[in-house]
Amino acid sequence: MPDKPKVAFYWCASCGGCEEAVVDLAEDILKVVEAVDIVLWPVAMDFKKADIAARPDKSVAVAFINGAIRTSEQEEWVHMLRRKAQVVVSFGACANSGGIPALANQFKKEDILKFVYEDCPGIDNPQKIRPQTSTVDEGRTLTLPVLHNMVRSLDQVIEVDYYLPGCPPTPKIIMSAVQAILAGKLPARGTVLSPDIALCEECKRKDSKPADLALAEFKRPHQVQIDPEKCLLAQGLVCMGPATRSGCEALCPSGNMPCTGCFGPTSRVKDQGAKFVSSVFSNIVPKEEKDIDAVLDGIPDPIGTFYRYGLSKCILRRKLN
Amino acid sequence: MSFEPKIVAFFCNWCTYTAADLAGVSRLKYAPNVRVIRVMCSGRVDPQFVMDAFAKGADGVLLGGCHPGDCHYAEGNYKTLRRMRMLNRMLKDMGIEDGRFRLEWISGAEGEKVKVTVNDMVAKVRALGPLDMPGKFKEWDKEIEELEAHVNSDAPTEVAHAR
Repeated sequence: MPDKPKVAFYWCASCGGCEEAVVDLAEDILKVVEAVDIVLWPVAMDFKKADIAARPDKSVAVAFINGAIRTSEQEEWVHMLRRKAQVVVSFGACANSGGIPALANQFKKEDILKFVYEDCPGIDNPQKIRPQTSTVDEGRTLTLPVLHNMVRSLDQVIEVDYYLPGCPPTPKIIMSAVQAILAGKLPARGTVLSPDIALCEECKRKDSKPADLALAEFKRPHQVQIDPEKCLLAQGLVCMGPATRSGCEALCPSGNMPCTGCFGPTSRVKDQGAKFVSSVFSNIVPKEEKDIDAVLDGIPDPIGTFYRYGLSKCILRRKLN
Repeated sequence: MSFEPKIVAFFCNWCTYTAADLAGVSRLKYAPNVRVIRVMCSGRVDPQFVMDAFAKGADGVLLGGCHPGDCHYAEGNYKTLRRMRMLNRMLKDMGIEDGRFRLEWISGAEGEKVKVTVNDMVAKVRALGPLDMPGKFKEWDKEIEELEAHVNSDAPTEVAHAR
């Protein structure tokens, strides 16, 4: 019997939700386990770095890597996995475009460390001790990874073959990707493994989306009683649907909440946030600067709203300072 | 060498580009720092274009369209105004200084306004200094160069994280 293909899962700067998504395959996970040998999965199984390092190059069929890259340890791991794996799949919003961790690209590293270790309410650190990359304790040198100055997507650090979008990717798109890989029926390298059309196309509320979205006001979900049938944008809620790739079957709009854009843009769009601004803000009602500004005030945090999962992939990459 | 700002200008075909033409035939002199890109309407300019111009090395981006009410396509310049008001907020949040991006209404008869606007913008951007996004991207990515070479060397040893 020929060897089963070897598969590795790894996590970088992530919340664990992507691991959860794999477990959410439910009974289907048994089919996956039957078809492959898992050689690395830190969240569920006991393998060490040395086990992977000892493998020959390209001996792992697929490495699924989730999470953004913030530390030198994550960086080192993904370089190693790139070397050992034939195919690298960027798994989930953080690996694809920085995800929630990339919102930290709005702040300097020093400001983040100062807040967390000195200014944060509830911190008790009178000596202002910060983690060091190297420290000597009883004659032994202990090391910690370097915290980089910014959060990067996986493909800003290593070459990536395929992308599975989502926060987290849904069981359906994970399973279809796994089946395509096992059957050797893979699309062109660099493809995002989810339909390349806007989310609105698969949203049940689509029919109530007006051709001319003339909005006079933006509201936040907690400020309104949301109509469960009507297009969320038409209700003045910031729904990222028009600038977001489909594939999740409009999970959030189905749950009566606006899309926040976790699947990232379609292939024709370079910058999800800028494109959303281009499409939705062109048609707001007012024509005078001060009236326009009053409408825009309804969105107090544009960067956090339009780049919630993708600041690493904003054309500008991070806040300048 | 002194700093010469690079300004990318998107001018609409019907008003501002015509005005730039008029400035030319009228022999008006203005700063040569501006690279004009003719678009059919200021409404054709996607916020992505502005960010891309900065990312590719522009120190400033100027967008010129017809005066409100005068758009050849009736509403294009209003669409521009609304989305660029939001873009302005986003650029500010991303740390791009005020004055690097500017939206001006310049009609086909206002050759003089092209001259004044360009000269004023060049002076202001000159005072702000180079933006140099390509240089910044390179600088930011220095922190990830060293380790790659190390991991991909033929005999990677234990990485000393403290650098």
